[in-house]
Amino acid sequence: MSILVVGASVAGLRTVQALRMKGYSGPITLLGEEPHPPYDKPPLSKEMLLPDGDGEAILLATEEQLTELDVDLRLGVRAAALDVAARTVTTVDGEAVGFERLVIATGATPRRLPGTEHLAGVHTIRTAEDAVALRTALPGASDVVVVGAGFIGAEFAAAVRLHGATATLVEAQTVPLAHVLGAEVGRRLADIHAAQGNTLLTGIGVAHIEGDERVQAVVLTDGRRLPADLVVVGIGAVPATDWLESSGLPIADGVECEADLRVIGTDGIYAAGDVARWPHAHYGFDVRIEHWTNANEHADLVASAITGSPPPRTQLPYVWSDQYGHRIQIVGRPNMGRSAHLVGTVADGDLLAAFTDEGGALVGAVVVDDVRAFMKCRKAIAARAPWTGVGLVATR
Amino acid sequence: MSKRLFACPVDGLPPGTSMTLDGTQPPIALHRTEQGRFFATADTCTHEEWSLGDEGDLEGDELVCPLHLARFDLVTGKPLCLPATLALDVYDVVIEGDRVFVVTAV
Repeated sequence: MSILVVGASVAGLRTVQALRMKGYSGPITLLGEEPHPPYDKPPLSKEMLLPDGDGEAILLATEEQLTELDVDLRLGVRAAALDVAARTVTTVDGEAVGFERLVIATGATPRRLPGTEHLAGVHTIRTAEDAVALRTALPGASDVVVVGAGFIGAEFAAAVRLHGATATLVEAQTVPLAHVLGAEVGRRLADIHAAQGNTLLTGIGVAHIEGDERVQAVVLTDGRRLPADLVVVGIGAVPATDWLESSGLPIADGVECEADLRVIGTDGIYAAGDVARWPHAHYGFDVRIEHWTNANEHADLVASAITGSPPPRTQLPYVWSDQYGHRIQIVGRPNMGRSAHLVGTVADGDLLAAFTDEGGALVGAVVVDDVRAFMKCRKAIAARAPWTGVGLVATR
Repeated sequence: MSKRLFACPVDGLPPGTSMTLDGTQPPIALHRTEQGRFFATADTCTHEEWSLGDEGDLEGDELVCPLHLARFDLVTGKPLCLPATLALDVYDVVIEGDRVFVVTAV
C-alpha cells in the first residue's frame, strides 16, 4: 500500500507521524507547496512576531525525526489536479504521483482584499514568509491598520504594541467575534484593544486601499481615510480545494467526508484538517473546523481509518489565542447556546463565560488565564452537564 | 541504584489532582486519580514546555495537558494522541503507611 499526503502543514505532517505511530511501515509521500520543512502555524501570529524573539519558524519535526519517519518529503511541489479513476495527483510541473491511499490536507487560504495582491505593505498571515515580513516591517511602521478583529487580527494588534507602535483595527461586525461568541462576550474580548492603546472601529467596512506600488491609506465605507504604511488583513480563510475542482469529489465549503474522514463516495481517499467537512460525533452534524487541535485530531482519525486501528475518542472543538500577554481558551461551540454565566475581563485575566443550550446543557466556554477552570468547563461540556455542574463558584 | 523520595502524605493529594514535587530535576509530577491510585511521571509535557503537575488534568488513567490537549497513559507514560509523540518518563510509587514515595534513579 502506498500513501500520498498532499499538504505538509500540521494536518499533513501529523498524519504521517500518526501512520508511523500506528505501525504502518509502507511508503509515504508528502507533498508540500512551500519550500520549508513542515512548521507550526499558531506561532506565525504569536511568537514569531515578538521583538525579542528570533523570528524563526518552529518546525513540526526535527531533521532527525523526519529521517526516522522515512517519508518521501517533496517540498516546493504544488498539487494541480486529482484523477480519482487513475489514482494520481498531478503537480503544477506536470508530474503524476500515484497512490493507493490519498490524504488531502491542503488547509485553507486566507481571504484577501480584492486588488491588493501586488500592493506592498498589505499582508495576510498564513506562511512563515508572512510572519518574517511583518516582524521585519513592524519596527519601522508608524500607521498600522488591521482589517478584521478576529483572532489573527487581535493577535497581530497585540504584537504591534510590543513593537512600540499602535494599530487601528477595522471590523465589519458591530461586535468582533459576535458570530462565534455572541455580542456580550465578544464585546468583553474586544475591550482589551482600547485598554492596551489600540483603536477599534466596528460596524464598518473597507471601501478600498489607496496606493500604487505601496499602500498609503485604507479608505472606509463611510469615507474616512486611515493613513497606513502597514496593513494586515485577517478576514477569514477558505478551504484550499481549487485544485480539486476537476476531480469530481464532493465539495461544499470543504471536502465532504464520512465520520472516519473518508471522502464521500470514494475508496481510500481521505481529507484532514481545515479542508475537511465531516459529521462530528459529539454534535451529529457536519462541521469544518480551522483549529490547530482539530488538525492533530484529524491526523489520528485518518491514520486510524487507513491502518484499521480503533478510532480515537472524539474531542470537543478547542482553540486558544494569545493576546497582550493573556491566554484566551475557547472550548465547544458557544454559538450553539446563550451566555449563562459571564464574569471578568481579559485585561484582568479573569474572564469566564459559559454558554448553555435551551435545555440548560453546557455547549461552550471562554476562559482567560485560568487553565484549571478551563479544564473543568471542558469536562462539563463533554458530559453535557449544566453550568452548576462545572464545580466553579458562580461568582467571584 | 535508586532512591526513594518522600512526596507527600497520602491525604496530602486529593483524588483527581496532581502536584509537582519540590526540588526534583528534571521535575517529577505526582498524580492521584479519581479512583485514588497514585502515579508519578515527568512533570513537563513532551510536546511543549508545560507543568503537568501544577496544571495538568486527569481523566481516568489518562493525563491531559491543558495547553494543546496532548494525552498520556499514566501507567506507561505513552502518548495517546497528537500533538505528543514522545512518552513521559514514569516512576514507581511506593506507599508506606500514610506516606507516598517516588522511586527515582540516583
